[in-house]
Amino acid sequence: MKLGDLSLAQVRRRLADNELALRTGPFATRIHSPMPQVAEGLLRLYADFPLDSGEFSDFHVRVGSPTGLRRWLRPQINFWFDGHSPFKPLPANHAFALLEWGMNWCIAGHAHHYLMLHAAVLEMNGRAVVLPGDPGAGKSTLTAALMLSGWRLLSDEITLIDRDDGLLVGLARPVSLKNASIDVIRHAFPDAVIGAPAYDTHKGTVAHVRPSADSVARVGEKARPAWVIFPRWREGAEARLSPHSRADAFLHTASHAFNYSLLGSLGFDLNAGLMDACACHDFEYSRLDDALRMFAELAA
Amino acid sequence: MSFARRCQPLLDVLRDPTRMAILDLAAWDLLLRQAASAGLLSRLAVKAEALGLDGRLPGSVRPHLTAARSIAAKQRQAVRWEARRVAHALAGIDGPVLLLKGAAYAIADLPPAAGRLFSDIDILVPRAQLDQTEAALLLAGWHTQKQDAYDQRYYRQWMHELPPMTHIRRGTVLDVHHNLLPETARIPTHADPILAAAQALPDLPGLHIPAPTDLVLHSACHLFHEGEWGHGLRDLVDLDAMLRAFSTAPCFWTDLLARARTLNLGRPLYYAMDCCLRWLQTPIPQATLAGCPSPPPIWQRPMMRRLFDAGLASSHASCQGRWSGLAKQALYVRGHYLRMPWRLLLPHLLHQAGRRDREQD
Repeated sequence: MKLGDLSLAQVRRRLADNELALRTGPFATRIHSPMPQVAEGLLRLYADFPLDSGEFSDFHVRVGSPTGLRRWLRPQINFWFDGHSPFKPLPANHAFALLEWGMNWCIAGHAHHYLMLHAAVLEMNGRAVVLPGDPGAGKSTLTAALMLSGWRLLSDEITLIDRDDGLLVGLARPVSLKNASIDVIRHAFPDAVIGAPAYDTHKGTVAHVRPSADSVARVGEKARPAWVIFPRWREGAEARLSPHSRADAFLHTASHAFNYSLLGSLGFDLNAGLMDACACHDFEYSRLDDALRMFAELAA
Repeated sequence: MSFARRCQPLLDVLRDPTRMAILDLAAWDLLLRQAASAGLLSRLAVKAEALGLDGRLPGSVRPHLTAARSIAAKQRQAVRWEARRVAHALAGIDGPVLLLKGAAYAIADLPPAAGRLFSDIDILVPRAQLDQTEAALLLAGWHTQKQDAYDQRYYRQWMHELPPMTHIRRGTVLDVHHNLLPETARIPTHADPILAAAQALPDLPGLHIPAPTDLVLHSACHLFHEGEWGHGLRDLVDLDAMLRAFSTAPCFWTDLLARARTLNLGRPLYYAMDCCLRWLQTPIPQATLAGCPSPPPIWQRPMMRRLFDAGLASSHASCQGRWSGLAKQALYVRGHYLRMPWRLLLPHLLHQAGRRDREQD
């Protein structure tokens, strides 16, 4: 059964009763929340995702109001991971964004059976591209645009590399857009489903794009890495792909990984295996159309 | 329902790890969470691997155990490396430098080390060498965190340790002790016999670990004399692992009781053995418990058991009962009460409360 088979009222009731377990790729998350925003956001962005039986969940999370007097003065929300709250409370209208960050935190802090890089991954014709990106480099905008033009989304934030076979494992969770890129995507892809924006977060305005149905349906298929591409958006730049040294790509991904040093020599081997399997490039662009054309040529 | 009963899923597999092979998914859902919040998941994971159970566990459970083993391996490597840095920094100190607790287990590969998580490094040096030790550590990059004059006086005049030292580049924390208990504690103890009986580590010149009986007594006194219950069950598992392994040596139990008498640590040893027996079914001879020096008066025992049980069960919501919060408060107050006499304690608690108010404003 999919989340989208439930009505909004049913989703709200299940969330309030802690009876909703959502499967996103390898992880089942049990979500407990009385917040209407959480129900609306989930139904809008996760409708194609399967519900889990709830017998066993990898993560037990809750998004709700902190107790105490403050809640009468200024409504706030917090995130709990099995009873522990790793973050500071936020304004109540950031509830859905907080759930997304919390779910990322769960994976990044616990899924050490994978090497986890801070990068997006998409796949086309059986070959996957890994997009590490510094903040502001336009990684998420490019990721959303590629997904909306037919690439299969594996992940927007966390690249999972399987320790047994070095293949990339998908999550297919929504793509997080910030500030101006929300309108860029809305304009370029009028049919894209975008969740309610959260204003004035520590990242500015944040809104999430619903993953494509194909990405969600094929989330269980691992992908073979073929390229590591460092995107950079620069005003007025012509789209240009140029070689990037593998050694530098290795150091960059290792230093931005969530658990590279924790995995010790295994982390080294997995990251080296990724670089061995990939051609590494820098990619500079200003117009999305050019970027999409260049990626289509690459994958042809 | 008793606290131990609420923690039953975790206790069952701590007592008999082979039971992991017969649990269903719903049981694992609770067990993984109880174990993780008690800091014991990696211990179970290492046990499961050692017993060859991994292949018989549900597919969705195995990744959690693999991940937990990776964390434990990394922490162990890190604590061993850090201990070597300490050894290097203190190579010129006269008199032994002892690693305590986690660092000692990791460096000497003692039974509690398997799958254990570590936090700070604790060392013990002779009181006469305290200034020399602090100066050498300062040169090597450890410095005491920013603290006001009150904190400095609290540690240096009353406590059994220096204020925590943090390494300027690595951010690792080192606690330098000169005794097992505060100078002002209600039970006076002394560190000289522990320093004298310390065992040298052959591959780390200058570094030592306490003798087996002293490792047990220090762990017991840390758990049952101080007010830190955040890792209570994990510390009890350390004690259980040591008692099981060390008691294969002839005369261990007799030596342990004699040592407790010498160091004046009979009371915490009694509590440690009583809790190990009840929670983890540690094979402790009845005669040893009966012969423990300075046992608590019989009328106090049921109350103390309830208090410690609440502390041991405190880590996960599923283990807590109606009185958990109150019991935790009581353990905190007890920890302070044991640390210093009322004439010092009351002004100290007032000062701390005033500081909390100021920080909130």
